[in-house]
Amino acid sequence: MLKSHLEITGVNMDFPIPGGYYRALEEVNLRVKKGEFVSIIGHSGCGKSTVLNVVAGLYQATKGGIVLNGKEVTEPGPERAMVFQNHSLLPWLTAYENVELAVKTIFKGKKSKSEMKDWIEHNMKLVHMEHAMDKRPDEISGGMKQRVGIARALAMEPEVLLLDEPFGALDALTRAHLQDSVMEIQADLGNTIMMVTHDVDEAVLLSDRIVMMTNGPSATVGEILEVNLPRPRERLAVSEMPEYNHCRHEVLRFLYERHGKKDKKVSVATETKEKSVENTPDFDKAKEKNSIKKVVDFAQNKIEKVA
Amino acid sequence: MNTESTADKMIYDREITLRLPGFLKNMTARQLLISVGTPFMGVLIFLFLWAVLAPQVVTSLGAVPGPKQVYSQFTNLVDEHNAEREKEVAFYERQEIRNTKKLAKNPDAKIKVRSYTGNPTFFDQILTSIITVLAGFIMASLIAIPIGIVAGLSKTVYAAINPLVQIFKPVSPLAWLPIVTMIVSATYVTSDPMFDKSFLNSAITVLLCCLWPTIISTAVGVTNVSKDLENVSQVLRLSWWTHVRKIVLPSAIPMIFTGLRLSFGIAWMVLIAAEMLSQNPGLGKFVWDEFQNGSSNSLGRIMVAVIVIGLIGFLLDRAMLLLQKKVSWDKSVALR
Repeated sequence: MLKSHLEITGVNMDFPIPGGYYRALEEVNLRVKKGEFVSIIGHSGCGKSTVLNVVAGLYQATKGGIVLNGKEVTEPGPERAMVFQNHSLLPWLTAYENVELAVKTIFKGKKSKSEMKDWIEHNMKLVHMEHAMDKRPDEISGGMKQRVGIARALAMEPEVLLLDEPFGALDALTRAHLQDSVMEIQADLGNTIMMVTHDVDEAVLLSDRIVMMTNGPSATVGEILEVNLPRPRERLAVSEMPEYNHCRHEVLRFLYERHGKKDKKVSVATETKEKSVENTPDFDKAKEKNSIKKVVDFAQNKIEKVA
Repeated sequence: MNTESTADKMIYDREITLRLPGFLKNMTARQLLISVGTPFMGVLIFLFLWAVLAPQVVTSLGAVPGPKQVYSQFTNLVDEHNAEREKEVAFYERQEIRNTKKLAKNPDAKIKVRSYTGNPTFFDQILTSIITVLAGFIMASLIAIPIGIVAGLSKTVYAAINPLVQIFKPVSPLAWLPIVTMIVSATYVTSDPMFDKSFLNSAITVLLCCLWPTIISTAVGVTNVSKDLENVSQVLRLSWWTHVRKIVLPSAIPMIFTGLRLSFGIAWMVLIAAEMLSQNPGLGKFVWDEFQNGSSNSLGRIMVAVIVIGLIGFLLDRAMLLLQKKVSWDKSVALR
């Protein structure tokens, strides 16, 4: 197998805002090996999801790019299936039909009807949803919806599975169940997985590596932590291992330190801003000093909305 | 609210057991009283006020008729309709007999078959109006929904048609009527017309007023497709057509129906006015003819027409609701 399966190289992401642009990501570099489970963690609004959206192709990087299996990625595609935070199932289709839509689109002409049916049912079984295939999304619980979302993504036979805070909206018990399911599935299929999360325990439990991002604007990869826990991991057993606590501690330390340095980060951002606003003639220079803080605040709101 | 109603239910169930059909079965006596009794009372009070106040207004055609006179005019109209039908049947019977006699005398004789040309009755006019409004409305919907979808999907198309829609939307369709009439009489020239010109005039006028609300609502519905679902569509690389069919249309259905119902309501009002103005057959013509007629019965007959127009408008809207319920995926949404 290729050594670096997925490469994120020098990615900058700018979003236009009134009077300039907002730089969400700056020089993000990451290499992911095949079959690796990588988590991205950081404070909310730091651009974690933006990274994932760039990998998915939903956003186009302003600078730099994504290479998957030696090919550049410029648009969304099923080989980078995404599980969205709020499940994003079509509410007018049953669980089965939701997965079917994906399967029919991707395996059109490659699988026969009965093969497709078997494949859909197989994926439903993987996420333990075979009992509720004919239910609509509004008839099943949040955890079940997310299971269907995962089944839909898996059914695309993706090279990389992208999980965007997949369990964020679920209660702790359901989340634990789904985390176990994801570990099980990854052990079975050996998928490459990138997951955005803000849950430290989740990151440590599931990941081979944890990518910690600095705070936005101009967020980038701060530190990368290897999680050397043996697989298969069992929640309770793992939580008593010194390595687990070490990793947990490292991530928390990073997050708290960065949180404390937030003011410094903002001042770095203002430098970037000054460069961009100089180009806008209608920007009142006399008010510049006062308004920069506002622009940054505005931009932060904006980016949270976009992400 | 739920717990309260169950409590009510327990109390009332013990006191009264009513044998009721279908939808009324699950109601308690109090709920029943409120849901059926209140509207009934409203109508009753209205009828009472009408009966008391109407005779006090005296016009050149006599006093304004009360509910009783209007009802008797309604029965008159039914009788006239039946009489006209009998005349028609008799006409065809006579013609049949005449022709068979002719043929018996001389097998080579040319026989003439004429269709009956009696006056359209009140009920014929109702039918004409309903057919006209449906024709105009359906044609308009077939044009407006695709335009709305394309406008909702493409900002360029939206920007291009938006000024036109905004300008034409507030124009009363009656202002179009003379133009439509002229164009139809100039362009629709055939020896064997499939439709009457008057029918086309009315239907096209209805069409013109139905277009705009449907286009706008559909476009808004389409632009409001959730970003998440659009992302799903992108990740799956759905084709444009599948995207429209599987994602855009189902999301936009509630808004499309809002537009359709708005259009339909306007269409029905506009049609009656157009028929009055241009003397095209239909309920509007009936009202205008009665007004011109100026007999002592006229006001009563016009009132019958007013009530019937209202009832039909209401029923058409209900029919649209039923259709929406059938087509919409979300059965749980309360439809009003």
